[in-house]
Amino acid sequence: MTATTIPKGKRTAATLPPDEEKLKYFTARQWQLVWWRFRRNRLGLLGAGILIIYIFVLIFAEFLAPYGGTTLDSEYVLGPPQVARFWDENGFSLRPFVYSVTTERDPVTLAMIPTIDNSKRRYLQFFVRTKEYKYWNGNLIASDLHFFGVDEGTIHLFGTDSLGRDILSRTMYATRTSLTLGVVGVLIAFVIGLVMGGMAGYLGGQVDFFIQRLIELIRSVPDIPLFMGLAAALPKEWPPEKVYLMITLILGFLGWTTLARRIRGKLLSLRKEDYVIAAQLAGGSNARIIARHMLPAFTSYIIVDIVVYFPYMILAETALSFVGLGLRPPVISWGVLLQGAQNIQAIELAPWLFIPVIFVVFAVLGFTFLGDGLRDAADPYN
Amino acid sequence: MLRYFAQRFIFMIITLLFVSVVIFIVIELPPGDYAERYAYRKLASAGQDVTEQDMINVRHEFGLDKPAPVRYFNWITDIILHGDFGESFLFNVPVRNMIGDRIWLTMALASTAILLTYALAIPIGIFSALYRHSFGDYLATFIGYIGLSLPNFMLALVLLYFSVTVLGSSAGGLFSEEFAEAAWSWPRVVDLLEHLWVPAVVLGTANTAFHLQTMRATMLDELNQLYVDAARARGIPEWKVIFKYPVRIALNPIVSYLGFDLGKLVAGAPVVALVLSLPDAGQLLLQALLQQDMFLGGAILLMISTMIVIGVFISDLMLAALDPRIRLGET
Repeated sequence: MTATTIPKGKRTAATLPPDEEKLKYFTARQWQLVWWRFRRNRLGLLGAGILIIYIFVLIFAEFLAPYGGTTLDSEYVLGPPQVARFWDENGFSLRPFVYSVTTERDPVTLAMIPTIDNSKRRYLQFFVRTKEYKYWNGNLIASDLHFFGVDEGTIHLFGTDSLGRDILSRTMYATRTSLTLGVVGVLIAFVIGLVMGGMAGYLGGQVDFFIQRLIELIRSVPDIPLFMGLAAALPKEWPPEKVYLMITLILGFLGWTTLARRIRGKLLSLRKEDYVIAAQLAGGSNARIIARHMLPAFTSYIIVDIVVYFPYMILAETALSFVGLGLRPPVISWGVLLQGAQNIQAIELAPWLFIPVIFVVFAVLGFTFLGDGLRDAADPYN
Repeated sequence: MLRYFAQRFIFMIITLLFVSVVIFIVIELPPGDYAERYAYRKLASAGQDVTEQDMINVRHEFGLDKPAPVRYFNWITDIILHGDFGESFLFNVPVRNMIGDRIWLTMALASTAILLTYALAIPIGIFSALYRHSFGDYLATFIGYIGLSLPNFMLALVLLYFSVTVLGSSAGGLFSEEFAEAAWSWPRVVDLLEHLWVPAVVLGTANTAFHLQTMRATMLDELNQLYVDAARARGIPEWKVIFKYPVRIALNPIVSYLGFDLGKLVAGAPVVALVLSLPDAGQLLLQALLQQDMFLGGAILLMISTMIVIGVFISDLMLAALDPRIRLGET
C-alpha cells in the first residue's frame, strides 16, 4: 500500500479489501459518508432511537393512551401507579394483570387512601375497542381502537391526578402538544435566522454590522423574564388555541439570534473557501454559487443547529407553563402537567405527579445526543 | 484600549435604551390601559359607577392621553431622575419600596451560582480533558448531560424532597424563621449564606454542565497544539505547561460568557424562586406578571436587564484584559 489518503478512523467496512474499501469511500456520496460516520456514534443512535419513539407517541397518542386526556375516573382519585404483574401468590399468568383498586378520602387527614383488592385480578387486553375518539384532537379519522385496556374497571399505570385523570394518557397528549410547539417554534426561529444570518453573512458590510448589533441587543435582554412579560400580556380571556399559537410565536421570534449567528459565521467562512473562489473565477453567478456550492456544504450544519436548538424550546415552554404563564388547561403540555406538582406537599403526597418530567428529560437528552452525533458526522471530509 | 472601552461603553448605553423601549412595550401590551384598571379598582370598589368622564380624568391625571413616545419619555425620565418606577397596581405602593432588598438578594443568588459554576466547571473540565476516557471523565460527561437536560425547577423539587425526607429540614426560603423579617445584621448574613447554597446549586447546574463541556472541548483542542509540545520540550514542569498555556486559552470562552451567564441565571431565578419560595425579585416578578401588574413587572425586568447589560460590559473589559487580540481589535 502506498500513500493512503483515507484518514485514520474513517475506514468503514473493514472486511473489504483495501482497494475496494478505498473506492467505496471515494465514490460515496456526502450523505452516505455522513451516515457511515453517524452510525458509529452510539449515543447519537440512542438519541435517534429515543426521538423515533417520541414521534410514534406524537402521531398515535389517541391509540396508545388508554383514556382521553380529560377523562375523569371518580373511583380512583390521586391514586398511585398500578403495577402490571405476571404472577402473585395465586399463581402465574401469561397475560399481565393489575389488582382492582379504589381510593377513599380519609375523613381526618383528607388524604386519598388507595385500597388494593388482591383477590380481584384485572387482565390487560390489547387492541381493545372502548371509547370513541378522533385522531388529532378530534379533527381526523374516528376510531375506538386502543392499544391496551383492562377487561373490567380501569388501569392507571402512572397513577391519577387530583381529578382522577390518567397521567399516562395525559403525558402522551402532552408529548404531542409540547413537541409540535417545539417544531413550529424552531421553524419560525429557523426561517428568521436563515434570512437574517444569510443577509449578514452574504451581503456583509453595513447590513452585517446592523444585524450583528441587533442580535447583540436582543441577546442582552434576559430571555425567560421577557418571555414571561410577553406571555403575561396575553389576555386572560383568549381561547387556549390562540394562547398556544402566541406562545409558539413568542418563543420562535425571540429565539432566532443563535441560529442567525451560526449561519452568518458559516457563510463567512465558506465565502473564503478555495472552491467558492474557484467557482467565482470560473464565472459562476451568485445564485449558482449559493445553490450549487455553498448550500450543500451548509445544510448539514443547519440541521445540527436546529436539532441542538430543540431542547431550548422544550425547556422554555415547560418552564413557562409550569409557573402558569404559558399554556393553560385544558391544553395539555408537559409544563401544564407539572403545574400540579409545584410544591413540596405535592411531592410528599403524590410523587407520581412527577412522572411526566422523565419524558421531558428524555426528550431533551434525545435531541442533545442526536445533535452531538450529527455534529461529529456533519463534516465527513474533515 | 481606551478606544475599545469607549466603544463598549457606548454600545452599553444603546443597549440599555433598547431594553427600556422593549420593556415599555411589554408594559403597555395588555389590553386595556392602566387608567381603566385604576378607575375600576378605585371607583367601582367604592360603589360608584365609572363614567366616560372619569376615565378621561384618570387618563389625563396619569398622562395616558399623550402619544406613546411621550409616555415612554415620561416613564424613563421619572426612573432616571427620581428613581420613580410608578405605582404597583397589586399592592398600591410605589414600586421602588417593593423591590428594595429583593433585587440584591437576586444578585447575591446569581453571583453565588456563578462562583459555584466556576469552582466546579473549571477544575473538572481540566481534569476531564487531561484524563480523557477515564472513569472520572465519563462520570463528568454523564452528569453534564443530565445537568443540561433537567429543567431547573425539577432539580429544585428533587433537592427539596431530599432535604425534607433525608435531612429533615426545609430547604425552602432564604432565611430561617427568626431572621425572615429582621434587620440586616451579621447573624442574618450567615443565615442567608446557609440557605443560599440550595438555590445556587439549582440555578448553577445547567451552566456548570455547559461550561464543563466547553472547558473540556477547548482544553482537548489546545492540548494537541504544537506550542504545548514546545513548552514540554523546553523542560517546563508538566503542571506549569498545562496551567500557563492551554488553561489560559480555555478560560477565554468562559470569561466572555460571564455577562450571558448572569443573564441566564437571573432569568432562571423566577421559576426556581417559585418552587423554593425565595423572597427575591424573581418571585415578585412572577407574582406581578401573573396578576398583570405591569408597572411592577416592568420595573423588575428593567432592573434585572440593566444589571445583565452591565455584566456583559464588565465581561467585555475582562476579556480585553485577558486577550490582547481583542483589545487591539483584531477579531
